Order: sequence, then structure tokens, then C-alpha cells
Amino acid sequence: MFELSPTDWMAIEVTLKLAIYTTLILLVIATPIAWWLANGRAPGGLRTTVQALVALPLVLPPTVLGFYLLVLLGPAGPVGSTLENMGLNHLAFTFQGILIASVIYSLPFAVQPLQQAFANLGRRPTEIAGSLGAGRMDRFFTVVLPMSRGGFIVAATLAFAHTLGEFGVILMLGGAIPGETQVLSILIYDHAEAMNFDAAHRLSLGLLVFAFVVLFVVYAINRRFDTVRL
Amino acid sequence: MSQPVSNGLRIKARLERSGFALDVDTAIPLEGVTALFGRSGCGKTTLLRIIAGLEHPPGAEVHFGDTAWQCGKTLVPLHRRRVGLVFQESTLLPHLSVRGNLLYGYKRTPEPLRRLHLDEVADLLGLTELLDRRADQLSGGQRQRVALGRALLISPDLLLLDEPLNALDTQTKREIMPFLARLSDRTGIPTLLVTHAPDEVERLAHRVAFMHDGQLERLEPLRDALARADSPLFRDEGAVSVLQGELGPADTHGLHPFGPPEARYRVPSTPGATNGAGRPARLRIEARDVSIALSPPQDVSILNIIPVTIESLDEAPGHHGPARILATCRQQDGQTLIAELTRLSTERLGLQPGTRAHALVKSVAFLD
Repeated sequence: MFELSPTDWMAIEVTLKLAIYTTLILLVIATPIAWWLANGRAPGGLRTTVQALVALPLVLPPTVLGFYLLVLLGPAGPVGSTLENMGLNHLAFTFQGILIASVIYSLPFAVQPLQQAFANLGRRPTEIAGSLGAGRMDRFFTVVLPMSRGGFIVAATLAFAHTLGEFGVILMLGGAIPGETQVLSILIYDHAEAMNFDAAHRLSLGLLVFAFVVLFVVYAINRRFDTVRL
Repeated sequence: MSQPVSNGLRIKARLERSGFALDVDTAIPLEGVTALFGRSGCGKTTLLRIIAGLEHPPGAEVHFGDTAWQCGKTLVPLHRRRVGLVFQESTLLPHLSVRGNLLYGYKRTPEPLRRLHLDEVADLLGLTELLDRRADQLSGGQRQRVALGRALLISPDLLLLDEPLNALDTQTKREIMPFLARLSDRTGIPTLLVTHAPDEVERLAHRVAFMHDGQLERLEPLRDALARADSPLFRDEGAVSVLQGELGPADTHGLHPFGPPEARYRVPSTPGATNGAGRPARLRIEARDVSIALSPPQDVSILNIIPVTIESLDEAPGHHGPARILATCRQQDGQTLIAELTRLSTERLGLQPGTRAHALVKSVAFLD
């Protein structure tokens, strides 16, 4: 019953790799965006625009996002063709391609908890740290990060979990190349399509249990920090 | 105005926000405590934020002595200004212990610039026992003392205190006041204290900058600010006089002499106040506790009868009911004492500017 095929293992590997990379990249990208949204002094119009752009993946059907990324990153798209002209490969149907897609697709799940945490924090702690001689980066690592720990934990978890569950975007952009773009959700779909319900069930149940355990552990830890709840 | 300041703190700023305009062009001497006094919303906090570099409206200029903090394209960022900040609400970093908070800025201060060290600051502010506590285990008053200590430990060139006592209850305020009063004398760090509480000004300040509607109306020594019957300091709680002088040793009745022989008070020691003999002290006298007699009365219970000359008689501002007169009196040592009288007694005694009289002071209070 719990025997996994080599294809299954490959899909698990791709999925975990994708989720981990996506989470790491998102923490780096989402932090400044969230900080700017929470504390920025930019005109309101620009902020609203960025806020809406970040939230787009929440409402768009994943296929729409996947479609445009395919157009953009594929051999005929502006990004894809530029890469080809530079002697590199275009990004459709590649791991890098679905990594970019995942990052965009999960962006709101990382930005929003961080923005909330930064808004709760307010400006005062960084003002104080600044007056005490701490420069920008120093302030971030010694004040913002420890004081918004809960927000970072929630952001990382949601980004990770959301990437695990990704389907439409990857289907559009990545296809199902084993070892490259075939993630669990797609493989489960393929198993079910092929009437291979046992295989689909093994992976689905595994994913279900894994997702629950991750969320449970993280929320249990986060309860102690108590800064951001969703 | 005090002496012209070439190397003081010069600020020029113009700022408009919805329903509020700040327009300030002033120079503040860099010594002792300057109170920035005014009602809430008059712009004092904004002014303080501009000085600190937390806000830098275009066109504003801030010079600290010879150093331009903000001028044209020059903008020294907050963390390079070496300004100690204390706000009204607790700003301790919750993930650090008291020691961690105190040393946060100290560690970031270049060694040659460190003039104050942990032990002496902890001692000065009574923090030695608290060093290993967590920030959230402290009372409100303790937190403010730690915040003060933390600011001091960067050995700042300037201390900016934004209503540091405002969030504290009266009892706690009373506990912290002596610490604050000691600060500038002991450390020599020029201090700007934003406040709307007259008692804080009377107790802590050497000079007062009055702010009103985004403008700095006047900057004057505390003594002058208290010598005007229409002083904004008196608006809410009535006129008071603050006398500065030296306190002598207690006599057999437990009374301390205060001030020079020609204006000598005898004051009881108040419990709690540290009125050790031979040190400078401030005496606070409410105008309504002062009466005037033309000749020195012989058989009254009042101990303090001080010869004065009437300088001016003004209608007490903001008074309803029977008209009250504030008589500004000059003591023979030059200090000012204000008496609150009814118009009737003023007329009966025929008081005029220049009249020689005696002030009967019913009660006094120590400020430190």
C-alpha cells in the first residue's frame, strides 16, 4: 500500500525543492515589499497599486497567471526570447520557470502576514534603535526581525504550504516533466486520470498528513510568540 | 531672550499639513534643560522630531553648533546625530533584558565617545537591581528610567524628551522627577523637554520655549517666564512663583532657612523630599497663598513675611466671578513673587507699582 514508485519519489523531491526555494526567495522579496507597504512614505496611489498587484494571485484563476507567464517566459515571449538571444534557455517547462511562477503565485501569502506584523510593530522601535546608533540593516536584524518573529513564521509557513498545493500555474507553465516540473499535485492528477486510484490515494493522504503536521507545529510554536495570528 | 547663540541648536522649519502649520526659526542654547511648552497639537512634538531627524521636511534647516544636521542637501541620518530620545510610552525592546536595552546604544557608540558607563548610569537612575529583569517585568516608572538610562548610555550630545512623564500616574511621576532633575546637572548633557505640564517646567527647566499654533512665541529663562502675570504656565493652574536659593541647616524647630537674609524664608522639611542642607533648591509658591500687608504685621501665625516692592498689577487671566488681581512683587534679592488679591483689597490698600509692602507667604512647597 505505501510503496512509492521512482516517479513518486521524484515528484516528492521536486515538490519539496520547489517549496523550500520558493519560501526562501519569498522571505527575501516579501520583506522589503511588506515593510514599504506598512511604513512607506510613498503617495497613496502608488501604494494602493502595489498592494493590489501583490494581492492579484489571490483572486486570479491560476490558469490566467500560468498562461501569461507561459507567454512571457516561453521561447516567443519577451523574457524567453531575450534569454535565448543571450545563449540561454527560455524558461517554459523548466524548474526555474515554475520557481518564478511559484514565487509570484505565493507572494500575497508571504507579504500580508509580514505587512501585518510590521504595522503592529509601528515605527517607534526602529526610531529608537536608530537614535541609539543602529543603521538600517542593524535595526532590521536586531529589532524588526526578533520583534516580528511571529509574522515571519506565519509568512514562511503559508508560502511553503501554498506552494505544496500549487496546481494550475504549474500545469500551464511547467507541464509534467518528471524530475523537472512534475510536482505532487500534478502527479496525483495524472494518477487519477489514469484511473490509478491507489497511487493517487497514497500521495494525497501523504500530502494531507504532511500539510497538517507542518501547520500544527508552526501554529503551536507561533502561539508562544503571539504577534501575528491568521 | 537669552544671550545670542552662535553655537546653539538652530532650527528653521516650515511645514504644512492638513489643518496644521509649523513655522519656526529659532536658536536654543545648548546648556541645561529647555522646556518646549505648549498645548497638545501646537507642534512641539513635530519640532522635536525634526531636530531628531525623524522627519525632514524639505527646506528645513537644523544646525547643532557648527554641525549641519539638515541643510540643503546635507542630511545627517538619525543614527549619526547622537541624540538620546525618550518618548512618553514605553519603548523598551521587549526581546532584550534591561541590561540588553541599556547596552544596545552603548555598544554602538564608538569607544572614544563613551563618557557615561553602565555602572554610573544604573546608579544615577536606580537601575542596579533591575539589570537582569525582562523589559516586560517592569513597572511604568521603571521602564521610563531604563529608557532614560539607555538614551544616556550613548553619551548623547543632546537629550530629547517627549513628554516622558505623561503616561505615568502622579505617584510614579513624583518618583521619577528627582532622577530627571539630577540628569542635566550631573551629566552636563543639554536637554530639550517637550511638555504641557507647568509643574514639570517649574521643576526641571532652566528656560522655557513657549509654542502656540505651530509657532515658537518666545524663549526665555524660567525666572522671566514665571515673573509675568500672563505667563502661559499659569493658564490652567493659576499663578505660581518659583524661587531659587540655598537651603540652610534645620534649626531647633525643624525649620530650614532658605534664601539670602534680605529675603529669608523658613521652611519645614517635607517628608520624602531630599532637602539636605547647603544645596540649591527651588521653592514653589502659589499666588493664592500670598497676601500683601503695607506694614509688617506683628501678631500673625504666618512665618514668612518678606519685604517687597510692587512692580505691576494685572487682572488675573481667565478668571470668572469677582475680579482677581495678580500683584507682581520684587523681593529685595531680585526674585519675583506673585500675589493673588481681590480688586477690593488692592484698592483699599492703594497698591500701585512702586508701593513698598510686605508679602505674607502662607505655604511653600519644595520642588526638589
